Amino acid sequence: MDRTSGKVIGVTGNMVTVEVSGRISMNEVGFIRMGEKKLKAEVIRINGSIAELQVFEMTQGISVGDEVEFSQEQLSVTLGPGLLGQIYDGLQNPLPALAEQCGFFLERGVYLDALDGERQWEFTPKVSKGDTVRPADTIGIVPEGIFEHRIMVPFTLQRGSYQVTSVAEAGNYRIHDTIAEVEDAKGRTHELTMVFDWPVKRAITHYQERLRPDQPLVTQVRITDTFFPIALGGTYCIPGPFGAGKTVLQQITSRHADVDIVIIAACGERAGEVVETLKEFPELTDPRTGKSLMERTIIICNTSSMPVSAREASVYTAVSLAEYYRQMGLHVLLLADSTSRWAQSMREMSGRLEEIPGEEAFPAYLESVIASFYERAGIVRLSDGETGSVTIGGTVSPAGGNFEEPVTQATLKVVGAFHGLSRERSDARKYPAIHPLESWSKYSGRISKEQVEYVRSILYRGDEVSQMMKVVGEEGTSTEDYIIYLKSDLVDSVYIQQNSFDPVDAAVPIERQKHTFDLLFRVTAGAYELENKEDARHYFNQIRQLFLDWNGAESDADSFAEIESRISEKYREKLVSYDTRVKSLISDEEGR
Amino acid sequence: MQKVYTRIEAIAGNVITVKAEGIKNGDLAEVTSAHGTSLANVIRLKGDLVSLQVFAGARGVSTGDEVRFLGKPMQVSCSDDLLGRIFDGSGRPRDNGPELKDQMIDIGGPSVNPAKRIIPKHMIRTGIPMIDVFNSLVESQKLPIFSISGEPYNELLSRIALQAEVDLIILGGIGLKYDDYLFFRDTLESGGAMSRTIFFVHTAADPTVEGLLVPDISLAVAEQFALRGKKVLVLLTDMTNFADAMKEIAITMEQVPSNRGYPGDLYSQLASRYEKAVDFDTAGSVTILAATTMPGDDVTHPVPDNTGYITEGQYYLKNGRIEPFGSLSRLKQQVNSSTRDDHRPLMDGMIKLYASYQESLEKKSMGFRMSSWDKKLLAYGEMFESRMMDLSVNIPLEEALDLGWEILSSSLDQDETGLRTELVRKYWPKNRE
Repeated sequence: MDRTSGKVIGVTGNMVTVEVSGRISMNEVGFIRMGEKKLKAEVIRINGSIAELQVFEMTQGISVGDEVEFSQEQLSVTLGPGLLGQIYDGLQNPLPALAEQCGFFLERGVYLDALDGERQWEFTPKVSKGDTVRPADTIGIVPEGIFEHRIMVPFTLQRGSYQVTSVAEAGNYRIHDTIAEVEDAKGRTHELTMVFDWPVKRAITHYQERLRPDQPLVTQVRITDTFFPIALGGTYCIPGPFGAGKTVLQQITSRHADVDIVIIAACGERAGEVVETLKEFPELTDPRTGKSLMERTIIICNTSSMPVSAREASVYTAVSLAEYYRQMGLHVLLLADSTSRWAQSMREMSGRLEEIPGEEAFPAYLESVIASFYERAGIVRLSDGETGSVTIGGTVSPAGGNFEEPVTQATLKVVGAFHGLSRERSDARKYPAIHPLESWSKYSGRISKEQVEYVRSILYRGDEVSQMMKVVGEEGTSTEDYIIYLKSDLVDSVYIQQNSFDPVDAAVPIERQKHTFDLLFRVTAGAYELENKEDARHYFNQIRQLFLDWNGAESDADSFAEIESRISEKYREKLVSYDTRVKSLISDEEGR
Repeated sequence: MQKVYTRIEAIAGNVITVKAEGIKNGDLAEVTSAHGTSLANVIRLKGDLVSLQVFAGARGVSTGDEVRFLGKPMQVSCSDDLLGRIFDGSGRPRDNGPELKDQMIDIGGPSVNPAKRIIPKHMIRTGIPMIDVFNSLVESQKLPIFSISGEPYNELLSRIALQAEVDLIILGGIGLKYDDYLFFRDTLESGGAMSRTIFFVHTAADPTVEGLLVPDISLAVAEQFALRGKKVLVLLTDMTNFADAMKEIAITMEQVPSNRGYPGDLYSQLASRYEKAVDFDTAGSVTILAATTMPGDDVTHPVPDNTGYITEGQYYLKNGRIEPFGSLSRLKQQVNSSTRDDHRPLMDGMIKLYASYQESLEKKSMGFRMSSWDKKLLAYGEMFESRMMDLSVNIPLEEALDLGWEILSSSLDQDETGLRTELVRKYWPKNRE
């Protein structure tokens, strides 16, 4: 079958209208020939012989009559060993290699191979001649950094059984070398290499079953792990106005999260922030492996000044890579910053297509697109019984910081946890600025649920008291109420707030969180004999100072135990009893 | 290859449509009408219909006027002859000097490969304590100045232009009042900064479309000089006018508006300009300061809101001062650790005390009794406002830090500052101990 071609008949912004002769399919990739250059584009609407294409580059210089070649392929990612540690743009062009070739600027129409075709990989076969395999079954493994990278039967092959007719011996091969041959039921032979392409907009579903996300994913951010946990294979979103610290929170998570692989999709955000990650990650060591953090990271970077239509591609590219590594029984965390920019690029395209606009001119299909993206997260049991997961955390940048807008609302419908950032808290330099009262999570964490519930109730009560105090002043508040306010303030300043610049406080392992939270819980559950508000403030200030020092002490240092016993002593000084409702939760003898 | 067409099919707003063939998207054309010649650029192709936006506006253009396609996109000269010169939004001289034709470059070029950017680490000293001490400006930073109409943002920009330690200043005026243009010109001339300044000025009296080109032209020139190793500071005023011009064109083109009439791509359009701020690996840098007026002092208005998501912080101008609470320089952490050991703690400490001062002020206005601590805070706050926050203060960073200690010591005791004892010992003015 001849390749379909076409001619440009119109250009508006980054959308090109093409008259086509022959067959084309939706989402097929076409190349617009502009002199020497070929610009990549994707079919987004077909009407008779007229197709509309969104161009992944600037359209300056395209003229009516330019030729268009169609590739008969959908927008795809290349999957194979060597993805880890890479920095790609939204179309999987390796940016450092691009810089070597083109210098400072991103030239249009230059597309490089995503993976190094010359690099040798040490292949160990896992099947032998005569074995029966199915798509996504492992043929062999190659070592990739700290992982065993599984070379799998391409997911693109039709589902069904294949017989291995030959397999390469253990040894070094390049990714495009044939490492096995399989025969399908009809007797056709397929040559397999270490790489294959997968269309980004299709979810990879080669697993036995999807499981319920019930294992917590530890981020080492206290407020997240204790109050609003996220789960392996779960989804969460971080909406927040500008300056509230969305990106910083994502950066911290990308460093400390307890997962195998982190994929960062910088979608339509500042280039400077990506640069920080690019330059710092290779220098940082992953405490779990002792290797550079970059070895477990892939960065997909389509910053705000890069072509708008590639934003959509960038989130799908990222999630496809995540699913690929999930198929190897690994736990992958995908951090998308920010999904609003992607939604905006959909809005731009929708406007150009002259579709009937929905709320705030976003297209009517916004919700279903967002939902199906987040639904690609999940923890699954693979055909060999192992589990792998993709967890998705997306930031949302609501216009005016108002969570009522369409993108935030569409996202909230489908995610399992909501970490809402508040301008008020970030202005007061209370970081991370996750709002402790408005946020929620449907997942269960590692810390006792009852304890967390109790402490949250103190936070609610404390908030009420502080609202009241604004009206009636300190004088008009009873000492009991004032103590509740002090307790909530204590929880806020020593537990919810976390200093990301402090070497110890920046990342708190879950065991330590359990340990400190237990003591904090006992302090908040206590009833104290305090004469007046002045005394109470003084007393709680002392406790707070001790806790703050404790937060800065290394877990295995002597000072850790020492400060702990000083806190215990201090709070027992005026302790009368514990709140009867939660007495049963207190472990030591005093609880009884 | 020049093609001339003499039949204009449609005219709507500032957009004209002609039937033509072989025209490229983005190409430049000359439209000659009874009122003179204007440049125009191609913004839409549809079959053989070519839509162009006319820089000088379509008013008075007749259907029989001549359209001559130049076969190239918009370009601007970027030779050293530009220094000290004043141009309009299309790059024509506004100062009666000669037109420049050498070293022409395309405007609105491709964006910088993120892999070639570096983490910014050089501070730009401006001599304004509220910037240098509290929210340092960093090379390659992009910062808007959010202000209400009527605030002295142009005065602030001109002070920065005079005092900032950079090699080259490019001033891009969009919808600038003619008086303000003259003010900038005269201030920089009398301050002796003209020789390192290039003006691209579009005044409110000029046609709207020309204003749209100012950021692109300014930044294209800035980028070229940065590639030659220069530290360039681009001052844009006022980006809200730029956004409004974009809105006007979008509505004329019958685009679906998204929020308060602004086009859906407002964010991307602003970002592609602001992201030109860069620190090149082996060359110079581009830093952008852009005045953005907030209609009705509303920071959630689409223009300041989208800007805030793009830029690396913001300066709030309120009551003629850079307001310390809302203002933020996201990059200050990169530079303020290496200036002087008291820089960071003093910065935080003084702001915390200023916040307490505001609380005391509130209490006072509500008629509560003032404690002795409140009185001290009031004295501190007033001195802070008059000696540090006033925009006319022009002192180097080190002197500003000393001034900070001076203000602390003349209103508070050592242990009331909330600063670490060793620092207080080191910097407390000797005559007050």
